[in-house]
Amino acid sequence: MPLAVKTFDQLRDAASALGTDAGARFLGGGTLLMRDINEGDISITTLVRSTDRAFTEIRSSGSRITLGAGVTMSEVAAHPELQYLKPVARTVGGPAIRNMATIGGNLFAFSPYGDFTVAMLALEATVAVQGGYSSRDVPLEEFLATRDRDSKSLVTGVTFRQPDNPTAFHYSKVSRTHPKGASVLSIAAHLPASGNRVSSPRIAYGAMAPTPIRAKAAENALNGKSLDEAGIADALAAATQGCSPASDSIASAWYRNEVLPVYLKRLLLGAPN
Amino acid sequence: MSQVPIQFKLNGQDKAEFIDEAATLLSVLRGKVGITSPKAGCEQGTCGTCSVLIDGELRLSCITLAQTCAGASIETVEGMDTDGKLHPLQQAFLDRFAAQCGFCTTGMLMAAKALLDKNPNPTREEVVDAISGNICRCTGYEPIIEAILDATGGSAGSYRRA
Repeated sequence: MPLAVKTFDQLRDAASALGTDAGARFLGGGTLLMRDINEGDISITTLVRSTDRAFTEIRSSGSRITLGAGVTMSEVAAHPELQYLKPVARTVGGPAIRNMATIGGNLFAFSPYGDFTVAMLALEATVAVQGGYSSRDVPLEEFLATRDRDSKSLVTGVTFRQPDNPTAFHYSKVSRTHPKGASVLSIAAHLPASGNRVSSPRIAYGAMAPTPIRAKAAENALNGKSLDEAGIADALAAATQGCSPASDSIASAWYRNEVLPVYLKRLLLGAPN
Repeated sequence: MSQVPIQFKLNGQDKAEFIDEAATLLSVLRGKVGITSPKAGCEQGTCGTCSVLIDGELRLSCITLAQTCAGASIETVEGMDTDGKLHPLQQAFLDRFAAQCGFCTTGMLMAAKALLDKNPNPTREEVVDAISGNICRCTGYEPIIEAILDATGGSAGSYRRA
């Protein structure tokens, strides 16, 4: 069946088209969808696009910032307000991929990919989802739990509160090839300080489950503690709770579980990988 | 499959074509306008041999929907030389034996040009990052990295945008 392309000025019209055509898929940066097409996925019959400016805008309001789902990794890395996320964006593929891959697409990247989503999870982002002509904001954690069951809605952006102190945000990606490569695992952590203790930490993992996950047991164990060997001991003991990593060509599940506490320790103590 | 009109600049020349509406840029370049330097390698956005510059940015033509390039300026290796004189990067690749089988070479040249057009004096680390999306199975990368650094003229910074 020939492949059709439909382009809409407004995101809501694109979302409506997605909802009424079983073979329709939304085309953002193309790094996931176009490879499926090249591989011969005949379930895709229509590519839906939108030229809506909101899709590619970065808008900040006070401490909150919204990234349109079509914002690319290169645009994040270059944005003056998002320099703490530059190390995350720069671990997504090589330069060409970073010029194409979008925030929205990263939310759908299958494990062990999707490292930017790990950072968004640690920053407690919400996802703007347009279903037909109605839109709603969904916590990212909830979105990831249901994303594979809802192929008819359109992600239009993500919103999060910027860290009061950008140095409280930490990120580590472990891969076998540098500077790019699929993740053995990735860790993002937002560790606000109250005095010399961590207050309400947020930690997220990539490649440690079918989707990026929050490390809630480690967060609870770290809350109110200091970032030193003694203070992080309970968090390291709880590091792999809730993890169910896959064995794949990058690493075995056993290996991922074994090395996660090692890299979490380095991240929490501010040591280089 | 419906045909749609598209206009773009290709290596500085205006082009107008009718293309299949879902055609990739790679298929249009190779099949419609006879530009064969971008290669069809993995067609998954992984190997980098289809790399081109679109409005000065490095992109992968195999996973780029051609009609999204309407009005854009596209650069390929065919446009790198000036009146038959090789671009400094091409000359450096020759001098450093940076091409062996040659399949990755055009993508490497595009990735290197994207870097040097914005950063004429990169560090070795920046060069490695710039070609990190391009796979070479012959050279072991070192001659390519050395060629790109050579093209900058070292610390003298003699690289000029062609």
